[in-house]
Amino acid sequence: MNVFMRWFHKMGSPRYFYTVAGKMIPWFMTSFVILLLFGLYYGLIMAPPDYQQGESYRIIYIHVPAAWMSMFIYVVMAVSGLISLVWRIKMTEIFVISSATVGASFTFLALVTGSLWGKPMWGTWWVWDARLTSELILFFLYLGIIALHSAIEDKRVAARAISILALVGVVNIPIIHYSVEWWNTLHQPATITKFDKPSMDISMLIPLLLMALSFKLYYGAVVLMRARAELLERDRNTRWVQELIEGDAK
Amino acid sequence: MREFFAMGGYAAYVWPSYALALIILIGNIIAPMQQRKKIVSDIARKIRRARNEQK
Repeated sequence: MNVFMRWFHKMGSPRYFYTVAGKMIPWFMTSFVILLLFGLYYGLIMAPPDYQQGESYRIIYIHVPAAWMSMFIYVVMAVSGLISLVWRIKMTEIFVISSATVGASFTFLALVTGSLWGKPMWGTWWVWDARLTSELILFFLYLGIIALHSAIEDKRVAARAISILALVGVVNIPIIHYSVEWWNTLHQPATITKFDKPSMDISMLIPLLLMALSFKLYYGAVVLMRARAELLERDRNTRWVQELIEGDAK
Repeated sequence: MREFFAMGGYAAYVWPSYALALIILIGNIIAPMQQRKKIVSDIARKIRRARNEQK
């Protein structure tokens, strides 16, 4: 067994996971805040205004990273779902539901900031454009997953159900990504995620990448926080949780 | 400074975007903290009750 597999096995132990995650959260949080501050500084102050859109384009530094996160988190969630369905690993089951709320939040943020950007630039808050519609479907998928999880009393059954839903919904991810190519409607095509040089000046690109990376670190921190809470809830009657809380109480 | 906040006339679109992002980012940090706190106090109460019954 190599080092990675051994680590993976260890992380399968709830108590070990709980402790290690608790130590990792401050690191994720600190690096998130640092990158966020740099991202905001470069994005709002250093980057020049756009030659066509003026200052309004600065919404990009929230909108695009949020939209990337909405898809990234969904993929993480679906992969966790797949692992939990195939190998019945409890820890990955917890990651499915822990990711769902953060994912839904970023999807909502992408939709609202898109709307706020659309109004001054396209002249409308909303159109039934392919990109917008598929992103809205993603939002409903997240909500469906959260609702389904809370509707089923037995947490293990709930985890299995939402894993299946997450896997079925993953078909939407390539649709979102390619929607701007397949259907030539209002939303502009990809600027960064394409097999070509990004069509964006470096002074505007750097803050975007800083913000995107900071959002990823943020997700790392928040998903671990949620996973720890979920884990306590699920294992509330086990010995390690009792010992942990008794230890704290003394 | 005023020029910065005016965002070239797009303040009404730019700042709400950043404000919402901030609210969502903070909200997702507070929510799991409270969730965990609630569970811990819940379990601690049960442990105390069980201990009292033993006495």
